Amino acid sequence: MTAAGIRLDEVAFARADYACLFDMKVPAGALVAVVGPSGAGKSTLLDLIAGFEEPQTGRILIAGRDVTHQPPAARPVSMLFQDNNLFAHLNVADNVSLGISPQLALDADDKARVAAALERVGLDGKAMRLPRQLSGGERQRVALARALVRDRPVLLLDEPFAALGPALRHEMAALVAELRNERDLTVLLVTHEPSDVTGIASHVAFIHEGRIGAFGTPDEVLGGKRNEAVRGYLGLG
Amino acid sequence: MTPARGARAGGLSLSLVVGLTAAAFTALIATAASQAGTMALFTPYVGRVVRFTLLQAAASTVLSVIPALIVARALARRRAFPGRRLTLRLFALPLALPQIVAVLGVVEIWGRQGLVNRAGELFGLGPAIDIYGLTGILIAHVFFNLPLASRLFVSALERVPGESWRLAAQLGFDGRAVWRLIEWPVLKSQLAAVAGLVFMLCVASFTVVLTLGGGPRATTIEVAIYQALRFDFDPGLAVRLALMQLVLTGTLVLAGVRITQTPETAAGLDRRIVRPDGATPLARLIDALAIASALIITVPVFAAILLSGLTAPLVRLALEPDVWQASATSLAIASMAALLAIALAWPLGELAASGGEPAAGRSLRLFGGASQLASSLVLVMPPVVLGAGWFVLLLRVPGGINLGFGVVIVINALMAVPFVTRVLGPAIGESRARHDRLCASLGIGGLARLRLIDWPVLRRPLSVALAFALALSLGDLGAIALFGSEHLVTLPLLLYQRLGSYRVNDAAGLALFLGLLCLAIMALAERTARRDSGI
Repeated sequence: MTAAGIRLDEVAFARADYACLFDMKVPAGALVAVVGPSGAGKSTLLDLIAGFEEPQTGRILIAGRDVTHQPPAARPVSMLFQDNNLFAHLNVADNVSLGISPQLALDADDKARVAAALERVGLDGKAMRLPRQLSGGERQRVALARALVRDRPVLLLDEPFAALGPALRHEMAALVAELRNERDLTVLLVTHEPSDVTGIASHVAFIHEGRIGAFGTPDEVLGGKRNEAVRGYLGLG
Repeated sequence: MTPARGARAGGLSLSLVVGLTAAAFTALIATAASQAGTMALFTPYVGRVVRFTLLQAAASTVLSVIPALIVARALARRRAFPGRRLTLRLFALPLALPQIVAVLGVVEIWGRQGLVNRAGELFGLGPAIDIYGLTGILIAHVFFNLPLASRLFVSALERVPGESWRLAAQLGFDGRAVWRLIEWPVLKSQLAAVAGLVFMLCVASFTVVLTLGGGPRATTIEVAIYQALRFDFDPGLAVRLALMQLVLTGTLVLAGVRITQTPETAAGLDRRIVRPDGATPLARLIDALAIASALIITVPVFAAILLSGLTAPLVRLALEPDVWQASATSLAIASMAALLAIALAWPLGELAASGGEPAAGRSLRLFGGASQLASSLVLVMPPVVLGAGWFVLLLRVPGGINLGFGVVIVINALMAVPFVTRVLGPAIGESRARHDRLCASLGIGGLARLRLIDWPVLRRPLSVALAFALALSLGDLGAIALFGSEHLVTLPLLLYQRLGSYRVNDAAGLALFLGLLCLAIMALAERTARRDSGI
């Protein structure tokens, strides 16, 4: 798979008490840490790319193709949420299989792919478990495995590790970074803890009051020459 | 209240609830035992009545719950349907109305002179539907329970996390996959509870069967108890029937059926949900048909109550001393029953709350569990069975049957205790969990605590509970049918008497008055509750 760049071209979106305007260009194969205060529009940015929200004006292009009015399933995108990524009554294997067929109609090849994906995220042997029998980190790994079998070039993660402890968070971040390298993915990862993604992020997008406040390498955005809003967000005055 | 005093008050009301129920139960057993030699427990008549009770309950459950699945799915996924919120509110009405009022509306539509049969005659079909008998009982039970079951299912579907719908959109679920992977699992998990609830309500159905059934062919246990006591004057038969009913309801309660579930009105929550399904013409057609049929079953009945009530001789009724007398009796009984219900349920709630605390001693914990048991005990003893027990007990007391007024209050209060506990219990528990340690450290106790801390927090749940109990008692026909007399007539009984003497116009006027009274009380309570939760 070749990596896919993402372009948000003057994308405007508003609801009753909330408006945002995003314009940004994510290079193919980047791993972008999306940071910023609560309510700034981080999740809305991801929802727009995934197709859960449709912009009032502007265009969204993925790998050069206009996806602005495509339904979520037709976009080359997989998304992980903070919670409720799995259907509670389905076992691990079935939850992953949904990434291949919503009717759970799998042939032998498909089943092998599911098994391989589970092995890749370190869950071999747990295929028959139910989500409630797994830890929080394991549940997120199942969701990652499903993203692997869906095989879409863009992976969006909306605070996927917020409920995990520090050690697990770093482990999961490392796994995401590895998968990105193996599969040539373009990754956007929303986080409240910039330190979670230090070392793995190629870029940082700082969202501020519904806009892209800063976009660049981690050093450019969070380092010595950071802008005032970023300094306020980091608590550095 | 100090913990010790609280536990004493709780213990007192626990023994009252248990004592009042146990007295009825003991009277039943004693009467049965004293006549044990002379008769068999299970005569062909009793067998027939039990069979009919179960049959009509099972049929009512199937006819209410299975269509409710489709109606609920339609309402849950047509979030843009402009009448959605109104429909859900309408669906709460049948249960808020006194049953006798709703039955009158059902007769206006489905009865011999009703809309349906007159339309049938117009097309030369003749009177197609006979409302008296199994058909009428099923129609009325569906009228009550289809909307209830639909509301319970809708609120279950609305608890599906938003992420599930987004996942469905992302993974490309079609309508079939949404049904199989999201809707059906949720509905299935509620199916047993909802079906159990509806079955229980139909097994213990009194008013519907009394007015639309009756006769040897269509009598449930509860109505048979009433007939045995009031017409055949056969306490022995009543006792045997009451014991059968106890076995039935006891089995259901043991099986985990609860009748105190109150549907949550999550209808107001307008979180944006992207649903990938339901856009096909077939899906639209199914949903439109489902919602329309549910409305056709409910709306005309409400309209009939309103219209025939408005065309009733309202002025004449308003000037009748009998009507004034019945209204005064109804209000007196209902307000005393409601206050008694709260007086019993409040300490029970305190007790349950202290029993749940980690620091609670063993005896306190035991008590806490017992107070929850007390509510289930009331569920096992439906009002008519409770009444039957008290009836045979009072037969032994000279002049005892004149105590009807008090007994009806007590039975109505006990009926309301599970519902009141259900509203008050969580509020008391939460208030105690939040304030106990703070009050202890600040030394706030006794009346000061009641006035400053508990009253402001509990005022609203209390008024909701009070309204519940009032409406329940105002609409009750079970206890008053047993203990009513020339001198003791409530509004529902007066309505029933006028219906029985074919003064249908009078009945319609009274039904409108009684219905509006109950709805006004419930609406007031609902408004208080909503202001409380800040929605």
